Amino acid sequence: MMESLFYIAALVAVMSTVAALTRANAIHALIYLIVSLLAVAVLFFLMGAPFAAALEIVIYAGAIMVLFVFVIMMLNLGESGVAREQEWLTPRNWVVPGVMAALLLLELILALRHAPALTSGISVDPKAVGLTLFGPYILAVEISSMLLLAGLVGAYHLGRRFIVRREKR
Amino acid sequence: MTELGAISFGLFIIVAAVGGAAVLTWFERRVLGIWQDRYGPNRLGPLGAGQVLADMLKLLTKDDWVPPFADKPVFIFAPTAIVVAMLLGFAVVPFGPDLYVLDINIGLLFFLGMTSLAVYSVLLGGLASNNKYALLGGLRSAAQMVSYEVFMGLSLMGVVMLTGSFSLRAIVEAQRDMWFCIPQVLGLFTFMIAGIAESHRLPFDLPEAEHELTAGFHTEYGGMKFAMFMLGEYLGLILISCMITTLFFGGWLGPWLPPLLWFCIKVFILILFFILLRAAIPRPRYDQLMALGWKVMLPLTLLNLLLTGAIALWLEG
Repeated sequence: MMESLFYIAALVAVMSTVAALTRANAIHALIYLIVSLLAVAVLFFLMGAPFAAALEIVIYAGAIMVLFVFVIMMLNLGESGVAREQEWLTPRNWVVPGVMAALLLLELILALRHAPALTSGISVDPKAVGLTLFGPYILAVEISSMLLLAGLVGAYHLGRRFIVRREKR
Repeated sequence: MTELGAISFGLFIIVAAVGGAAVLTWFERRVLGIWQDRYGPNRLGPLGAGQVLADMLKLLTKDDWVPPFADKPVFIFAPTAIVVAMLLGFAVVPFGPDLYVLDINIGLLFFLGMTSLAVYSVLLGGLASNNKYALLGGLRSAAQMVSYEVFMGLSLMGVVMLTGSFSLRAIVEAQRDMWFCIPQVLGLFTFMIAGIAESHRLPFDLPEAEHELTAGFHTEYGGMKFAMFMLGEYLGLILISCMITTLFFGGWLGPWLPPLLWFCIKVFILILFFILLRAAIPRPRYDQLMALGWKVMLPLTLLNLLLTGAIALWLEG
């Protein structure tokens, strides 16, 4: 039962990701990407990581992708954007990335051949995740928080230029 | 609860929530009318309750039209997303000690995830309509939801800290001695405001502000698709009331009466309070809304988090 659920979700994830890559319409591509993220969340849940699954939905599908859609709305691509994308998505441009991705897939399959079974049966609760993050991985957490702070300051600086200019007018 | 019992209870919850939302469309207009010193819909059936059926018939028999300039698949998908996400959110609500569909250790996060997925409905609806008013409504809702989601999650962390679990049943059980509305009064205040903003009801209904944007994101919608948006909005209102009851007002806990009845009474009072807010408070300007979110509510939630953490550590010794 668990295994068939896993493979269904995995199939959805792969198919929606492929669709996200090949759509010419940016909004349709984004919707496929959201579906793909949801499918990955289901995979996390089935593999015994409910906390990671919830965060995947709240943060990736719920917040980051909303910002993506927001940016697309601001750009207002419309018909011309679709036409341009179609120009770029010619089969010729697919060959090299396709071959490279196939190589990676081959390596992955070879590497995973000896990996243990997919579901361990153990469920990792939020407390365990927190203890690991603020125990052995505290350095990574601190570094990523600094990175985020730098991003925040940078965004404020870039946005401020526009505010000052508007007030001068 | 057995698997079969949980599934049948889930189906019952879906029917009850949709029915409740339908009745609420009439009830809200009626109560608003009374508070504003007029009658509201009072002609059809007892107290005007037949209005629900009349509205339903009207919406069902309307022409189901998709504008030729709209992005058809997205235009049709958008209104269903909000209803599905909101109904899924009810899965983790504990209505009584044994009355729940799903009790997982990430219940609270599941609820937050579902409310954040409901945003797409408004966003995509506004975008797919290919209409400038709808687009502006969608843009506004995107900015509003993202800003208010930040402290919506943070405002609940105080409750999680005091309970030590994300499970909603554990949160209710932890309120046996004292409801969390007393130690977490700041959390309650911020969560309530975030909740209204997330379900984009008045006074935070800027995405559909009818004075400036005709009807905002659902300008191009009509018939059943429009009804789905409305259904989603009322489901959101009920869901937020259920969550506030569970998290801050002791859920099903209460003396004498059966647990389910206590839960329903609390939810009903909260819904009435939200309708009263709609009747009493004017809509803020858009920049005021954003400033309130980032400059007042976010620092308040962080302060609440800091204080709760300090007190929790101090009590532990």
